[in-house]
Order: sequence, then C-alpha cells, then structure tokens
Amino acid sequence: MILVLVDHDRGVLDATSVQALTAARALDSDVEVLLVGAAGRDAVAELATYGADTIHLAVHDTLTDYAPLASAKAALELVSSRSPRGIFTTGTPRGNEVLAHIAAILDAPMAAEVLSVTFGDAGVHEVVRNRWGGNLTETARVHNDLLLAAFAPHAIRAENATGAGNVTEFTPNLDAADTAVRVIDRTGGAATGVGLAEARVIVSGGRGVGGPEGFDVIEQLADLLSGAVGCSRVVTSNGWRPHSEQVGQTGTKVAPDLYIACGISGATQHIAGCRTSKTIIAINTDKDAPIMGYAHYAVIGDAQTILPELVAATRAAKE
Amino acid sequence: MNIAVCAKRVPLSGGRWELTADNLDIDTSGASVGFTTSPHEECAAEAAVQLVEQLGGSSTVITLGVADSEEQVRSLLAVGVDRGVIIETDGSEWDPQATASALTEQIKAGSPEGAYDLVLLGTEAADTADFQVGIRMAHALGWPVVTNVKGMTIDGGVARCERAVGSAREVYEVTLPAVITVKDGLNIPRYPSVPGRIKARKKPVDTVIIEKPAARLEKVRLDLAVEEARSAEILGTGVDAVPALVEIFKNIGVL
Ligand SMILES: Cc1cc2nc3c(=O)[nH]c(=O)nc-3n(C[C@H](O)[C@H](O)[C@H](O)COP(=O)(O)OP(=O)(O)OC[C@H]3O[C@@H](n4cnc5c(N)ncnc54)[C@H](O)[C@@H]3O)c2cc1C
Repeated sequence: MILVLVDHDRGVLDATSVQALTAARALDSDVEVLLVGAAGRDAVAELATYGADTIHLAVHDTLTDYAPLASAKAALELVSSRSPRGIFTTGTPRGNEVLAHIAAILDAPMAAEVLSVTFGDAGVHEVVRNRWGGNLTETARVHNDLLLAAFAPHAIRAENATGAGNVTEFTPNLDAADTAVRVIDRTGGAATGVGLAEARVIVSGGRGVGGPEGFDVIEQLADLLSGAVGCSRVVTSNGWRPHSEQVGQTGTKVAPDLYIACGISGATQHIAGCRTSKTIIAINTDKDAPIMGYAHYAVIGDAQTILPELVAATRAAKE
Repeated sequence: MNIAVCAKRVPLSGGRWELTADNLDIDTSGASVGFTTSPHEECAAEAAVQLVEQLGGSSTVITLGVADSEEQVRSLLAVGVDRGVIIETDGSEWDPQATASALTEQIKAGSPEGAYDLVLLGTEAADTADFQVGIRMAHALGWPVVTNVKGMTIDGGVARCERAVGSAREVYEVTLPAVITVKDGLNIPRYPSVPGRIKARKKPVDTVIIEKPAARLEKVRLDLAVEEARSAEILGTGVDAVPALVEIFKNIGVL
C-alpha cells in the first residue's frame, strides 16, 4: 500500500497535491490517502473524483489550521497501523515540509523533486528526480524499506478516476509541541492584475532593460497583450522590481503561451522558470546569448529602442 | 543573539551545464563555469547581518564542502558575517541526512560568543533541492522550525515569519532557539563593499574534518534534461523587426 498525503487549505482541496495520488495509483492498486484537520471533510467529495477510495481524516481539537509537525505525527500513526511501503506527497512547500518532518522523525532518507519511482526489493528503491530546477535529472537509490518521495510539482498531471471516497476519521495523539508551529494569521491575498503563474503572456525584463524606468514600456506591452510583467534576478537584486515578479529557479515557475525575454541572457536558473513556455521570443543585443538556444524567435538589437516601437505597433494593430 | 547561517558552494555556468565523463558530476573545468552560493542563502546571510546590527550578537557561516568553499565563505564575511566554519569534504557529495548531522554537530558546539539562538538556511539547496536539511537539524536539536520564509522579524525572543501562498501570506510564530529556512526575496542582499572585502580577509575561518557516513539517498548518475536543441529564428535586427513581432502575436492568438 502507498499512503498519499493530500493537502487542503481550510477545506479547499489543493489540486497540485493530488498529483501524488495519480503517481501512486499508477504504481499500486492499493492506495490510501491522509487528509489532516476537520475542515478536510469539505475536500472529500472532490478528492474522490481523483480515484481516492480510502481516505483517513485526522481530526483533533488543536488541528484548526495547517501545522506541519502535527500532520507528520498523524501520518506516522498510519505508518504504524497500516504499514505502507511508501509515502508520497507533491513537493509543494507543505508537501515537502510534512514529508521532511516524517523523514527526520524516522531518521529515514527522503527523495524530493521526484519524477518517477521504481520500488525495489530488500529496502533499496530507485528514483529519478530533478536537480538544478529541472536542468539536470538524477537517478538515485533510496536505502530504506519505507520509501518517502515528494514529486516535483506538475511533473505528473492529476487524472480523474472514480473513487469510493470512504472516510475513516481518527484522532491522532498530539501534544502542544506538535502544533506550536502553525498558521496563526494570513495577510494580503487580493491580487491585482494578472498573476504571474496564471498569465497567458509574460513580458519579462532583465539587466538589458537598463533600469527601473525601462519597465514602463514592458508594463505597457504586457497590458496590451493582457499579460503580466516578469523579470530576472539581476532586476530584483537591484531593487528595480519586486521579487514577486522574478521568474526562475528561486522565483516563480511559469508556462505561458508567450514569454518575451527582453535583455535577459538566459542563464540556466532563469530558464528553469520558463522553459515550458509555448513560445519564447528573445530581444537581445547579443546574437550569441544563451537565450538564443531556448527561444523560438529572436530580434537582435537594443530592447530600449525596440520596445517603444513594439508598443506603438501593437497598439495600432489592436485598433 | 548568536546566529548560524548554513550555506553551500555550488557551480554557476554562463551557458548550459556539461557533465563529467562518468555522469556523476557537473563538469566545472570549463572557462564559463564559476562558483557561487544560492540566492536563498545570500538572503539568509543578509538577514543574519541585519539581525546582529539590530539586536547585537554574532553571526557565523557554516558550510560543508571542499576547501575552496572558503571563497564563498569569505564573500559572506565580506557582507558582514563575523566568522566561518568549513566542514571540509573531498568534493564527493554528502546526502541530506549526512549533511544535516554534520551541520547539527557544529550548532551543538556553539560559537565563541556562546550557544546559537537561531539557525538560518536556504529552504532548499540550489543544486540538489532536497528540501529537508533544516527540518532534520531542528529535530536533532529539539528546536521548532519554519520553512519557506519570505518575511521575518524578531522581537523578545519570538520570530514572526511569513511565507507566500499564491498572492497571500501565511504567518507563523516561533520561540527561539529555532531553525528558519528562507527563500530568495526575503530581503535584497547587499553587495560586498571594498572595506567589507578587506575586513573579510582577516576574519577567522576554521576548518573541521569529519568522516563521511554512507549515503542513504545515493546518487547513481546525472543526466542533462532532455530538450530539443533549439536555435532561435532571427526575425531581424532592431526596430525593423517590429512588424514581424506583431505578426507573431497575431499568429499565436495573443493579440
Ligand atoms: C541558485 C541560483 C538561483 C538563481 N535563480 C534565479 C532566478 O530565479 N531567476 C533569474 O532570473 N536568475 C536566477 N539566478 C541568477 C542567474 O544565474 C543570472 O545571474 C540572471 O538570470 C541574469 O539576469 P539577466 O539575464 O537579467 O542579466 P545578464 O546575465 O547580465 O544578461 C543581460 C542580457 O541583456 C543583454 N543586453 C544588454 N543590453 C541590452 C539592450 N540594450 N537590449 C537588449 N539586450 C541587452 C545582454 O546581451 C545579456 O544577454 C540564480 C542563480 C543561482 C546561482
């Protein structure tokens, strides 16, 4: 049996976390799911549409909001009572975090950023996983009976299937220390404009844009194309734009229909965040910049003179 | 307050990665390959320096890596960290369990100013992305841990931490001593100044050597991500290419 940790936020199923369920179902006909917190009841019906038959729901007075260590303790009770051969999560911040707590408590190895898993005999399993934000893959052996694997987000598409959605509630044994670290408040949330991760078009600027004022035309072009503004790390580390707009390995990963990279060299850590864009256009003075190996189309030249013209022509074409 | 920052030397390439012949490592012999620390860890070091400026105390950077990691340690000393410790390896990789236990021993040993109150790390390492070293350290130390932190203030021995969830932020609070793993964007790391670099040369960097345990997450081989080798179609030079760009906008349906 494989135990899958699926996440919800105050009752709303985290669709990304379900990807691990699809991964588990492809490997084993016997899969059980853990949801933590009474609010998880609201996520059960939707979870069943992803093929969840057996759902364990951990309910406890202290489980009023996400508390990573408490989730790990609840999973460990199922490790004792249900003896899974693997625990899978999707590597969201929470998925990685809860699995790492389990790994630390068991002193067991854990593989993160996993793309595929092959269960082996004698307590040695094989995984293939991402490194360097997906620029490299690693084949690794995991030496432990129980395989702890966090799947790289979006490496697997969650598939619908009819599940029985049978829920068994249990009360894990928790003490105050298990919920000492928990969400105590939330701030913000009202996003304005098109969010970077969801945008169909992203106009992105790098060092070659010249400075914060260079982003005026980038904003105008993004507006005309109903898109969002992105940027490279050089831009955020110079304070030209907020970090929420950074695309890349340590920024946001995006996959728009169109990604326009203006004055961006195409370092592997930037590409890690935009490689799956459908069409990439580069505007760069250097015809040999690494971005040319990833872009579909390129214009060689000064972004600061091309962009104002492009904004004018795009506006004219819309009229 | 005594703060430890755990940071790692990783290769940085101007172009695409290349692998060594045995497929076990990134080939770092090429001229375009240098070394750096990850943005997450630069932010961790910046946070440590700011906290010591604010609250007093000391900061120490601890790294597990080859002797040449001194280059990355000194660059963090140049932005204001007080001292460094290198747990020296022969260059072969340590798995996350081995890394966490080696780092934990250094935390337990404390700094010359006394016991550590706070350990800061990147949420994941740039190269291996294991997402677990900080959490393992917290368990070994018996301390609480918050991960993925993008905003942090410390007041009266309590750290208030924020982490991004979509466009919103979740708030956590932990009592020190604690482990906090941070993300790029926590702050804007300062550039080392010339006096900073000169001072860094004189700051103490200790080296310790310990035995490497057997890997339980054992690297077998690396491969380059499969990708069609592309070569961009050049639409033209300068503003003359603008009509061709607008044509593409129309063709792919974004206009
Ligand atoms: C672990 C790690 C994680 C990282 N994560 C990220 C990340 O998430 N996102 C990210 O972006 N970076 C990241 N980086 C940094 C990355 O390695 C590069 O340093 C960064 O992406 C470079 O930004 P850039 O392309 O704007 O600048 P540069 O590399 O300096 O490139 C500027 C480009 O602009 C061109 N140019 C100059 N003038 C003009 C002009 N007038 N018109 C047109 N073109 C012009 C130049 O030819 C050049 O190609 C990370 C690094 C590490 C080590």
